[in-house]
Amino acid sequence: MNSRELKPNELKLFVFIASLIPLGWYVWGIQTDNLGANPIEVVTRGLGIWTLNFLLMTLAATPLRHYTGWTWPLIIRRMLGLFTFFYAGLHLITYLWFDQFFDWLAIGKDIFKRPFITAGMATFLLLIPLAATSNARAIRALGGRRWKQLHRMVYLCGVLAVLHYTWMVKADISNPLIYWAILAVLLSARGLSRIQKYNAKG
Amino acid sequence: MHILKKPHTLPSEITPQAVYAHRRNFLQLSAGLVIAGLLPDVQAKLGPGKASVFSTNEPLTSLKNVTSYNNFYEFGTAKEDPAEYAHTLRTKPWTVSIEGLVKRPRTLGMEDILKLAPLEERIYRLRCVEGWSMVIPWLGFPLASLLRQVEPLGSAKYVEFITALQPDTMPGIRRGVLDWPYTEGLRLDEAMHPLTIMAAGLYGDILPNQNGAPLRLVVPWKYGFKSGKSVVKIRFTDREPRTTWMKSSPSEYGFYSNVNPAVGHPRWSQANERRIGEFFKRKTLLFNGYADQVAQLYTELDLRKHF
Repeated sequence: MNSRELKPNELKLFVFIASLIPLGWYVWGIQTDNLGANPIEVVTRGLGIWTLNFLLMTLAATPLRHYTGWTWPLIIRRMLGLFTFFYAGLHLITYLWFDQFFDWLAIGKDIFKRPFITAGMATFLLLIPLAATSNARAIRALGGRRWKQLHRMVYLCGVLAVLHYTWMVKADISNPLIYWAILAVLLSARGLSRIQKYNAKG
Repeated sequence: MHILKKPHTLPSEITPQAVYAHRRNFLQLSAGLVIAGLLPDVQAKLGPGKASVFSTNEPLTSLKNVTSYNNFYEFGTAKEDPAEYAHTLRTKPWTVSIEGLVKRPRTLGMEDILKLAPLEERIYRLRCVEGWSMVIPWLGFPLASLLRQVEPLGSAKYVEFITALQPDTMPGIRRGVLDWPYTEGLRLDEAMHPLTIMAAGLYGDILPNQNGAPLRLVVPWKYGFKSGKSVVKIRFTDREPRTTWMKSSPSEYGFYSNVNPAVGHPRWSQANERRIGEFFKRKTLLFNGYADQVAQLYTELDLRKHF
């Protein structure tokens, strides 16, 4: 992508539309009965995967900016973060609705008895304050430093979300391992840039 | 094609139009396969099959769904993988060797196996451990009639099922997801139970490869993974066989694996299931609804401990 030719607002509009494509895909799939024998499972899992994808894209923005000098990753970082929350919310709704049909007792049992549900639910709860404080007013109200501290929680969300995925699969953990690998790269890139900064100061 | 003729009314004929349409397509498709020379003699044996008192009259899961949503990890772990890759499976010639604690170990060819007993249509519920279920019209015969061929010794207490291992046709086994060959097991009385069948077909035709061609086990009151596909060896033992899933995750998959809504999988509940093709979930039944037939096998057993 060449951000020099796209104005920030155009870039944001482009990313906004592109980010709705996965949702559109599942809506279209349901409408045309194109999602195979178990469409609800496909949608539930697909929305979970896209939550992870957006979470990792969000986490990639800062290292990308650091190592390439590009500015566009920072322009779309907030939007990617909000889409993470958006897909996480849809994923949660599919679970509450189509998996449990709002049987709150069963949902409660699930949260306390089943680690992968616990991890998923914790991820969503931790994403709420991040999404709620994503606007400029919240940054001003909290002050840059505290806002930054709060938003470091996104790393924890990344770990919990991939853990949620890993604990969910039956025997073949090759796909979760790919997510662990990407997460490890992104987190270590972040760590490395911090060390570089520290050394530069020292 | 004589297989299209149905001499008498079967419960499976009371099916939605859509199911028929699928079936017709499939029959045409498989007729092509037969002309191509695949299992012509076996085909001659398969017809609609004798109706069975064990059949359920619940609506059938469509042939399309039965043959496109499968767990057959030898061909990949995604549900659509077996339908895509299992066409390479070599099903002819096929032999099943029956050995272990028996008087007369034997290796039987598929043609001989199909002569042992008349094929019956058994419309069974199938409940997967993952929480979904289907209703499938199998064509098969009681496993007992196969096991009687070898005269088991008195010391035989269990039966182990070993399934096909074809490294060149099975892309999934190159990855160490499970310990191959896929192995399952039953207690002898479970294996001899009249509900337990070896299936050679479904929907009035030979088994599609992705469903475990040419011969598979079907144990309808246990989770689906107990019903091993493409069986090549049956071994009588005096000790409980260690099955593939028990090796993979002993805390999650027990030897018995009877369908039981009260005993959850450690990572998910087994109280409900989604019947493929339905929107709402339904309550899972003890022994998958076959309690009247099989509960007496387990009167001595703590089902929570022996999950």
